[in-house]
Amino acid sequence: MANVGIVVISHSEKAAEGIKEIVDQAVGKVAVEAAGGLEDGEIGTSLEKIQAAIQHVHNDQGVVMFYDLGSAKMNAEMAIEMLELENVHLAEAPVLEGAYLAAVEASMGKSLKEIVKALEKEF
Amino acid sequence: MKFTADLAIDWMTKANQKIQDNKDYLSSLDQAIGDGDHGINMARGFDAVMNKLGNNDYEQVADVWKESAMTLMSKVGGASGPLFGTALLKMSMAVKGEAEVDDKTFVEALEDALAGIKQRGKAEEGEKTMIDVWAPVVEKMNEAQTVEAGVLRDTAESAMEATKDIVATKGRAAYLKERSKGHLDPGSVSSYYLFAALAETLEGEG
Repeated sequence: MANVGIVVISHSEKAAEGIKEIVDQAVGKVAVEAAGGLEDGEIGTSLEKIQAAIQHVHNDQGVVMFYDLGSAKMNAEMAIEMLELENVHLAEAPVLEGAYLAAVEASMGKSLKEIVKALEKEF
Repeated sequence: MKFTADLAIDWMTKANQKIQDNKDYLSSLDQAIGDGDHGINMARGFDAVMNKLGNNDYEQVADVWKESAMTLMSKVGGASGPLFGTALLKMSMAVKGEAEVDDKTFVEALEDALAGIKQRGKAEEGEKTMIDVWAPVVEKMNEAQTVEAGVLRDTAESAMEATKDIVATKGRAAYLKERSKGHLDPGSVSSYYLFAALAETLEGEG
């Protein structure tokens, strides 16, 4: 059975990729996708990139998403609404630490619900 | 008022012009209390809207607004993309199926847009955001049940100027707290351009 997937959203392509690298390197066995910056690599967040990232890691276990600043949250919420997927959760946690904790939990086969609870407890 | 798809395109065209002409000004406002990219973001978004609208035919106002909304959402990048995009998307939903939009329906569309912006941004009036322009405009239009160019422009302009004295409690400027006072809110200034452009479109029609 697949593990819960993770999407890292940042205004910076490099920051999102960097966070994915840290999590991948330390945890593994969990699908992490970065959605950072605009299409052309400029600072910002792209609705299309976020949607693509969600679709990339989505499976029946669900997806947990992390974002950095306010407008990233708006784009993340819209991406979720537009895709109309079940089991996608936008977490209120520090983007790096949150993604790291979620990945550890996901790698142990925890459910989306359990991961969300763990995040709420920690942050 | 008989607001058609052609007028909707004219509105977006005039709005684009104002945004492009004031791109540097908008960014300078944003440099003072935000992250300095508002002008660039809006200019990029509206440029993409013009490209899109120029390459297609539209029969309904709703189609023009929906296309513009989706383009702004995907191209602007900052908070303004989702917010202006949501506004236009709500407006398009309110006028769906109508070839000519009358005053009453237009006012309803503006009301829906305002509700959408509030919901998306989780913000209310008085927090130094674009809502501080949208709310008074919608209120004025709602009272009159008509969209009159002069009232529209004047209301939007004075509301935009009033954002100078507000301390930001939402958006990036909120990090500055008291220091955000004395500066115009960039999103309110672009909202003013949007309404000033609409006023021009309506005047051109009258």
